[in-house]
Amino acid sequence: MNRSITRRDFIKSAGVLTAASTLPISMVELAFADSSKNFTFAHISDSHIQHIKGTKFVRNWDRGLIRAVAETNLLNPKPDFVIYGGDLAQLGSKPELDHGAEIMSALNYKTHYSLGEHDYYEDLGEYWSKLFGKQYYSFDHKGVHFVVLNSILTFDEWTYDRWPTGKQRMLEMAGIDNPNGSPFMVGKKQRDWLQQDLAIVNKNTPLVVISHSPLQKIWKGWNFWTDDAEEVQALLQPFKKTTVIYGHVHQIQYNQIGNISFHAVMATAWPWPYPATYSHAEQYLPKLTIPMNRADPFNERDATGWQLLNMANGNVDMHYTLNENTKRTVAFNTKTGQPEDMGYQAVSSLIPPQKHY
Amino acid sequence: MYIKQQFRVILLAIVTLSCWAVPAMADEFSKEDLARWESEYMTVVQQGRKAFTDGKLGENGVSCAQCHPNASNTHPETYPKFQQQLGKVVPIWEMINWCIRNPLEGKDLAADDPRMVALQAYILHERRGVKLEPGKH
Repeated sequence: MNRSITRRDFIKSAGVLTAASTLPISMVELAFADSSKNFTFAHISDSHIQHIKGTKFVRNWDRGLIRAVAETNLLNPKPDFVIYGGDLAQLGSKPELDHGAEIMSALNYKTHYSLGEHDYYEDLGEYWSKLFGKQYYSFDHKGVHFVVLNSILTFDEWTYDRWPTGKQRMLEMAGIDNPNGSPFMVGKKQRDWLQQDLAIVNKNTPLVVISHSPLQKIWKGWNFWTDDAEEVQALLQPFKKTTVIYGHVHQIQYNQIGNISFHAVMATAWPWPYPATYSHAEQYLPKLTIPMNRADPFNERDATGWQLLNMANGNVDMHYTLNENTKRTVAFNTKTGQPEDMGYQAVSSLIPPQKHY
Repeated sequence: MYIKQQFRVILLAIVTLSCWAVPAMADEFSKEDLARWESEYMTVVQQGRKAFTDGKLGENGVSCAQCHPNASNTHPETYPKFQQQLGKVVPIWEMINWCIRNPLEGKDLAADDPRMVALQAYILHERRGVKLEPGKH
């Protein structure tokens, strides 16, 4: 017998989190009748390890990843595995990918990697693949089908013909507000692969899709965007419980489109402002999303972090471990059929730092 | 006596009027002037954008735009304001220097350094149209 998650359960678990907040551990104990169906995994993303020269790397970004790895190792109960959400490196160089891989090697768990544009555009993922393997793939875990996509591809002309060197191509794509960049896409080849991969999966099987860019359109100006998002969504909609977890945006976002729940993850490196804070942007931040607190610049780890995900009867509860800030949980509400923040969803419960300008 | 007074009043009126009129004439400017001023301003805004995206502004390769795409979340319209961690009310250029010293691990720019002027021009240009709210948090 499966019991659906109630708001009270989450408030209880949030209480556990608060009580444990002096420890660098996020403990989530949700009581499910059929607990064998539930499991947790951690998600670390957007570390942007940045090479200065020789053996010197930007200290701030190093510390973010080192801290996430250390905290994830302290989890109790232990997560089944870890997902890395992409942008391990800042400019996709060998020293950056090597240094990032070295920090990640301290993790005590099996890790599934996905690719970000900062890992890719120097050599089109060649060195990344040497270190981490396939650029897109799927696997099954305790009755859940996981798909990892490379969602940061773009037009062939931009990729192959426009830039004299890989280094310049990387620099042009690295600035998210650079008008010389190009919109992300999954591409037909991978969509065909995805269609085949999903063809043999039962439609009642919970599906979790990992991508770097949002598989929904929020704002093209900063590539909070995937150009063929609708085509990818169409392949996922037939599944009753689908969750897309994406990186790239360095902020809390969540949404529900049909059967698909969307969650963004925190960066370990630095937070990004919401697109609405750019007064000349026309953007589509999902109405459901309650913004994270405005970052305190004087606290260098503020508004960065990592997350623990609880697969609760096929839906994802997202537990954001926010450094220097109140932890947040965004969980699937079975009554409303959408992910909701457990503390702030009511307008009356908003606190001043959740207003951005 | 009365005539003299009246004359004075007229004289005063003329002086006052001319005081008013003369600077207005001196302030007349042409379309060419406007175009030149706009182009001077936009040149500095573009220099500011260049500095804002330049990994060499500090010393670790990090640029301002890495955390502040399109200069967002810099909210220049809220300065000067009290910064708790600095313990005083600061104008935005002091906060820019804080960023150069810390995330960019570099050295302060002088308040009148052309790059500092350009950075402020760019930041404010990206926030044009937003209402002034000094002191706001």
